Amino acid sequence: MDDLLQEFVAETRETLEALAGEIVAWEAQPADRARLDAIFRFVHTVKGSCGFLDLPRLARLSHAAEDVLAAVRDGHRIPDTALVNAVLAIVDRIGEIVEAIDAGLSLDDSSEDLLIAALAENAAPASAPAPAMGHRAAARSVRLNVELLDRMMSGMSDIVLARNELARRLRDDDVDPRVEAALERLSVTVAEMRDTVTRTRMQKIDALFSALPRMVRDTAAELGKAVTLTLEGSDVELDREMIEMMRDPLVHIIRNALDHGIEAPSDRRVAGKRETGRLTVSARQSGNQILVEVADDGAGIDVARVAAKAVKMGLCSAAEVDAMSLAAREELIFAAGLSSKDTANAVSGRGVGMDVVRANIEQIGGRISLTSRPGRGLVITIQVPLTLSIMPTIVIGAGGQRFALSRASIDEIVTARGDTVRIDAVGDSAIATVRGERLPLVRLSALLGLPQTGEPGTLVIVGTRDGSYALGIDAVLDTEELVIKPAAPAVMATGLYAGQSLPDSGLPMLLLDGAGVATVAGLRFERAIAADEQAEAEAAAPAVPALLFEDLDGQRRAVPLAAVDRVETVDASSIRYVGGRLRLSADGAIVPLYSVATLDGRASLPVLRLTDRETDVAYAIAEPLDIVDLPTTMAPANGAGTVAGVVLIGGEPVEVLDPLALFAEAEPEPADATLCLLQDDGTGWMDQFLRPTLEAAGYRCVAAVAAGQRPAIALSMASGEREAGVTELGVPVVRLRRERAAGGEDATVYRYDRAALLAAMADTIATRRIG
Amino acid sequence: MDLYLIAHIAGRGVAIPTEQVDSVVDLGDVVAVPCAVPSVRGLSALRSRVLTVIDTGTALGIEPMPDDCRRAVITRIDGHHYAVLVDSLDDVARYEPLPLSSGLSLQHGWASAGRGLVDRDGDPLLVLDLAALVPGAHKVSAAAA
Repeated sequence: MDDLLQEFVAETRETLEALAGEIVAWEAQPADRARLDAIFRFVHTVKGSCGFLDLPRLARLSHAAEDVLAAVRDGHRIPDTALVNAVLAIVDRIGEIVEAIDAGLSLDDSSEDLLIAALAENAAPASAPAPAMGHRAAARSVRLNVELLDRMMSGMSDIVLARNELARRLRDDDVDPRVEAALERLSVTVAEMRDTVTRTRMQKIDALFSALPRMVRDTAAELGKAVTLTLEGSDVELDREMIEMMRDPLVHIIRNALDHGIEAPSDRRVAGKRETGRLTVSARQSGNQILVEVADDGAGIDVARVAAKAVKMGLCSAAEVDAMSLAAREELIFAAGLSSKDTANAVSGRGVGMDVVRANIEQIGGRISLTSRPGRGLVITIQVPLTLSIMPTIVIGAGGQRFALSRASIDEIVTARGDTVRIDAVGDSAIATVRGERLPLVRLSALLGLPQTGEPGTLVIVGTRDGSYALGIDAVLDTEELVIKPAAPAVMATGLYAGQSLPDSGLPMLLLDGAGVATVAGLRFERAIAADEQAEAEAAAPAVPALLFEDLDGQRRAVPLAAVDRVETVDASSIRYVGGRLRLSADGAIVPLYSVATLDGRASLPVLRLTDRETDVAYAIAEPLDIVDLPTTMAPANGAGTVAGVVLIGGEPVEVLDPLALFAEAEPEPADATLCLLQDDGTGWMDQFLRPTLEAAGYRCVAAVAAGQRPAIALSMASGEREAGVTELGVPVVRLRRERAAGGEDATVYRYDRAALLAAMADTIATRRIG
Repeated sequence: MDLYLIAHIAGRGVAIPTEQVDSVVDLGDVVAVPCAVPSVRGLSALRSRVLTVIDTGTALGIEPMPDDCRRAVITRIDGHHYAVLVDSLDDVARYEPLPLSSGLSLQHGWASAGRGLVDRDGDPLLVLDLAALVPGAHKVSAAAA
């Protein structure tokens, strides 16, 4: 946190110095829009930084100034002398506070209310307090121009090359050992120096990411939202300048995602999402680019609203908007002065964000793109060049030439002659089998059109985002940390290289792009489904597992696994037709047994033992097959009986047994329990959710009416269709509705309103008895 | 009067506007770039800088430059440094730029690289635009978009 604060102080101080001229110019010419924008951006940036550095006083001042300046920008306020003075007083105050923070001193805050009050229209000018300067702390860090670092770096490379050449020449002659010793010392110093100079430029992107969790947490709390932040690729290294330049854009994008993207928990619940929003910030290297992705699972871009706003702001005409593609309309969020939010707040402001974000990214030669999935989220991708990023590589030889390959893209290196490796020709391509895993083989020298030296001696297993493959090379020569620079367009156009480098040898070397090589070689990988998406699908619809079996009549049927106690094989002799039905005698007890066909003289057969913890029944089958997940859509069976419905499993219709019907038939009802008929609409909801409640309340629930039974009451869904038969029987019906709010008919009960439901059932039965 | 560098390419004299010229060097070893277009001869190092070496003959659509050709004009296009191979270099002098003579029909790459003429003591010399010899340089933005 200290580092961030230091940086904030240095940055603010620097901007203030640069702003001093603008302020004077604005004072002279308050109508000057460019000056106004510069000052506005300054207070906006200060406001943004204060948010996550927890500097409430600065935040308050800058927010107040920003409000006024925004009013001026929109034409609601005239920048008169009083206003200009008031704003300048605030800017001065910000400077004083920043100095005080740096010096670790406290600063009296009594006059700040006055300063803010002076911003109001028709306010009396505040008497500016005498600036209490003079305690500026000695700077502990120096801010350097990156160009200077660039020159240092390239000078360093020159020194290394000169040293190498000197060493080469000295090796050719007989030299004085003292000269050699001096050269040795020079080499060590140069190597150390180079490390240092390199380090001055490189930083892990973690330097950018480390502040995010706190920022996200605080911002989300401020907005009353719950957000889980996931950071990926924190160890990607890139140019310090890139990190500096990406800090503000990233903060803006994340704030936007939290404020505009991720919905309030209640809205998310209604939309059927988990209440906690998800924000993923990831960094990765792709070719000669670093990709930083900010993905949220919020509402996506409200294109219509953005377009309407753009028209209202006069950025484009309605006709122009109509002519735009969807992508172009989404891109409108990058237009200057546009914000899809109508009211500004402390978090994401008024659209100073995205246009500035884009400008900053483009300034460093990067690009910004977005993928909006309405209702499901927004992914913003920042792509910046990898210039000067340093990379651990291995140097490989193929066809007499050297290439570098990023170590991060290599899964494994194996020798092609080992016992664990096999290479087979398949058609006109080749497959390498490494410890039983089959991988497509790409022979590098053949792919590059270089002279081939027989079979590749070494296989490098290269992992790409889509899949892995084996790259056949002649040999691994070295490992080296290389400074990779983008190669010329004509070189990049091959699609094979990620950049070029100048190693100590003084001969340029090309960095191979693992994914590019696969593409050029024509490898096609089946893209693996993101595990996360899968998890999401499962969370959305918890699957009901079921046992799939072949019945005695050769049909495939399924029974919910929860109803199955066990499957056991019994002797046919233990099954007898006694007491009016088939019964199985086992373990000293007799349980009713179902079978859809005769036992056909089988000596023994598997039997499903079903239990509802009180009653046991047995069901004779031909063979258990598999455990499957029941699809959520079930076609209700005609004529009920022991079949609840039909589902599609593996493309075939399969009957699902209704264990309830089996138990109901097996066990004659005790006369005292009130019988309740559940007319489910096939979703199993009543059975799974309602039944335990009703049974606890003393009802006995059945899904179908057995002969001689007379339910006292029936429950059906408001949209259900099976109530006709019931009314014929003269059974009163309580109808349930899915919606919380009452619909057109008042005789329905919201299905999760337990108390109301039980009351309605009791009422209905009571009315019936009286009537 | 503009300043031009007079060079020889494929036996012909050409004038290169000096604002396009970074420096003039004799190249060291050239490392091939497999699969790149033929006019890219390879990469070479100039101090700590990597140069993309352009085979000027191939880029102009005539015969490739000889293998031992080492002399090159360094130019910087879109932030990348290129070494454009030449047979030899003459001198640097000021000339009045003239439009291409009407009726002059240039073939091969000369047509796209020729920008005009200068008169060097009675000899007309073609003014060469180095950027037109560099493959892909002007197409970058289109490809990236």
